[in-house]
Amino acid sequence: MGRYIPETKAQQEEMLKQIGARSLDDLYDMVPEKARLNDLHIPEGKSEMEVYEELCDIADKNTVFKSVFRGAGVYKRYIPAIVKTITSKEEFLTAYTPYQAEISQGVLQSIFEYQSQMCELTGLDVSNASVYDGAVAAAEGIFMTLERKKNEVLVSDTIDPETMQVIKTYCESRDVKLVVLKNRDHKTDLEEIEKAITENTAGLYVESPNFYGLIEDVEALAKRMHESGGRIVMGFDPIALALYKTPGEMDVDIAVGEGQQLGMPMGFGGPYLGIMTCKKELMRKLPGRIVGQTEDHDGRRAYVLTLQAREQHIRREKASSNICSNEALCAMTASVYLAAMGPRGLYDAALNSYRNAHYLAEELGKIGFTRKDEGEFFDEFLSVSPVDPDLLEEKLAQRKILSGLKVEDGILWCATELNNKAKIDELIKAIGEVL
Amino acid sequence: MKLLFEESKKGRGNAFLPAADTGSYVPDEKYLRKSALHLPEMAEVDIDRHYTQLAKQTHGVNDGFYPLGSCTMKYNPRIDEETASLPGFTQIHPLQPLSSVQGCMEVLYRSEKLLCEITGMDAMMFAPAAGAHGEYTGLLLIRKYHQERKDFERVNIIVPDSAHGTNPASAVMAGFKVVNIPSNDKGGVDLDALRNAVGKDTAGLMLTNPNTLGLFDPNILEITKIVHEAGGLCYYDGANLNAIMGRVRPGDMGFDCVHLNLHKTFATPHGGGGPGSGPVGCKAFLQRYLPCHKVEKKEEGYVFTDPEMSMGQVRSYYGNFLVVVKALTYILTLGKEGIREASGKAVLNANYMMHRLKEKYEVAYDQTCMHEFVLSLEGLKKQTGVSAMDIAKGSLDFGIHPPTMYFPLIVHEALMFEPTETESKEVIDEAVKIYLDLYDKALSDPEYLHSAPHHCPIGRPDETKAAREPVLKYEFND
Repeated sequence: MGRYIPETKAQQEEMLKQIGARSLDDLYDMVPEKARLNDLHIPEGKSEMEVYEELCDIADKNTVFKSVFRGAGVYKRYIPAIVKTITSKEEFLTAYTPYQAEISQGVLQSIFEYQSQMCELTGLDVSNASVYDGAVAAAEGIFMTLERKKNEVLVSDTIDPETMQVIKTYCESRDVKLVVLKNRDHKTDLEEIEKAITENTAGLYVESPNFYGLIEDVEALAKRMHESGGRIVMGFDPIALALYKTPGEMDVDIAVGEGQQLGMPMGFGGPYLGIMTCKKELMRKLPGRIVGQTEDHDGRRAYVLTLQAREQHIRREKASSNICSNEALCAMTASVYLAAMGPRGLYDAALNSYRNAHYLAEELGKIGFTRKDEGEFFDEFLSVSPVDPDLLEEKLAQRKILSGLKVEDGILWCATELNNKAKIDELIKAIGEVL
Repeated sequence: MKLLFEESKKGRGNAFLPAADTGSYVPDEKYLRKSALHLPEMAEVDIDRHYTQLAKQTHGVNDGFYPLGSCTMKYNPRIDEETASLPGFTQIHPLQPLSSVQGCMEVLYRSEKLLCEITGMDAMMFAPAAGAHGEYTGLLLIRKYHQERKDFERVNIIVPDSAHGTNPASAVMAGFKVVNIPSNDKGGVDLDALRNAVGKDTAGLMLTNPNTLGLFDPNILEITKIVHEAGGLCYYDGANLNAIMGRVRPGDMGFDCVHLNLHKTFATPHGGGGPGSGPVGCKAFLQRYLPCHKVEKKEEGYVFTDPEMSMGQVRSYYGNFLVVVKALTYILTLGKEGIREASGKAVLNANYMMHRLKEKYEVAYDQTCMHEFVLSLEGLKKQTGVSAMDIAKGSLDFGIHPPTMYFPLIVHEALMFEPTETESKEVIDEAVKIYLDLYDKALSDPEYLHSAPHHCPIGRPDETKAAREPVLKYEFND
């Protein structure tokens, strides 16, 4: 008896008989003898109980840290209980892409709500229904700036290194010339832009807060790019946008971000959520699914997948991107998270993170881990390390504390709303004891 | 029904977070957001009810039959959700020290080994987040291979006209040109057309087998041989692997690299359009070009390595990890016999359903099919004016998700059915009866079907209006 297969032996026989076959193997007659597999070398199936126990044992080999002072692109935040409850609903979980609008209004409306929230968060006009993650969103955002005669893009080296890797791969494959700009004091350097910019420059990609936690002067960068007819793509932190100027307020053309912080667990790297919004004039260059509002024949409000002339299933080799499946359930997760938190809740998450991180910086400074950079930071910052960072990581791990991340010139620390005074004081005490 | 924003009431909210107890630091005024942030202000109970209503207007696999061709809408086992929710997986930062993530790496390593055995590949990586992303990654393997050999002329990817739309789109993303070739009268690759298409400029061939007509190409060994002899590589689109897993392997058919859709073949849920997982697998000679962060097993435990001539990264970190946990749970549960039985039953269900529908409908290519089959309603449309779309919309009133419509493009008025192995004979019989009744309805009352569905939350939406006058977000008044 196979697993998850409802048919009985007798039914199987009856069905085979009706179609004129003797066995299941018969149905594979057209497969050339030489290509047939005799024996699949994987273990026999197991009961649900055994598999569950086995997976629990594997999970136990990982360390779940009690307190996490590491961010660098992925953040541990408080997720309201209602988020998981709603996104586990089996209708949402087990549906496919909503091609059939009449029986998919739930998913379609939720994506429309998500798009509205992303536009609101970023201050821009149009959002798609998501892409794979923040790094791919950045690469796709950069592609949106390209024009027939402009095939060069500038990328600041202050961005997340994972994102940089993805951008490099994407640009190389499409023969897009990528110029990486050297930072000055861990911020994007306008002088470097002056040196690199040419008439073929299509766009600039920066992040704010950047990898080092610093707020960049995006307004000045946007102004500079627009002066020479280029575009600016900004990578944002969705929580920080409750506090800081929006991409829209800074005249950014395309905003991209990693949405993991909006209700998704760290999950060893995924699933995450690639957010993309842009100015209206770039709408038809936006990749991926987009949901629009319309009416049915009785005039009832309805939602559908729209502007599909951009997409692969219509345009094939002429599509704006190859993306088909996106991260719909993650987009819904973000939407539920934002609805649950509301404007004040999101502001509190941002402000608490800001306060905790600034307290952390102050306290670490007192024991020799002084801040390396100057300038405004949100919830992450770089410190010097008076000790071997690897040793520090190891010693703190024994106390179930995940230290800041060792980077080239120091340690990158992070505090979210979860890292309150008690947790920070415990960290400071622990550092004192282990060193 | 109302949007979240229409249910919002100023002053409502929830208390999920305490006030900060670390001081009263605030950012300087000049950095602050000036525009209002319109997020819904709602009580938890109203949010809960809002989504319960939305769920009622959504059709998932658990709501009923979902024979959407090429999408393998099989049942998503609940245990897979349970294991992927273990805190030992969900609460792990991707940049934790290696010694603290050995369990996660074991998941990736074991999944790789199992899927390599199932596909006949030598290496597999999970970075790609969906099928199209896997195609892109696989094509970069091919690109890197030719580049290292300084074979820069090889810029063409051959794609049959029955291919998924993602194939040509991915080829362009990966920097190739697309050469389309026609199918033969049996729905397979036209060997002469292929022979004419290959040459010094051939980088590779992308193929789904069974193809999108649900047909296994009996000439497969000849096809891959022709491409190889011309110096090209063969790419296997794994979207249809559910038909053959445990019985035929892409590696044994002559393919050099593959992508899989864990959200199809390996039962992880589609989530209304993702997150999926599109691992890419390859033969040993292509391994050196795989993305960074490959898991290897060493004496001291699992480590990450970057392949010698790596293409770099196609996504951050290691892909949609929690989806891989679900697929591993599924594979361990089914085991060698279960995998074989799943494919066999998927093929049996499709052949049985096709056989029953033949009573009235015309099958596009009347031969033994694999896990899916395609009807052509061209004749019915000529006779009655009722289109494939009308029949599909008619089935909505009976709680069935329609089959894939108007695909593959080479069949006119196509309806593509994939019942999967997790549906019983009773469910299929019931669906057959509904489709046969719809056929009769087309003859007796075509108008009724032109305006179907009649019992869904909405009727057919005006898609032209949606595209011509795009409303893509809620407009706030203030």
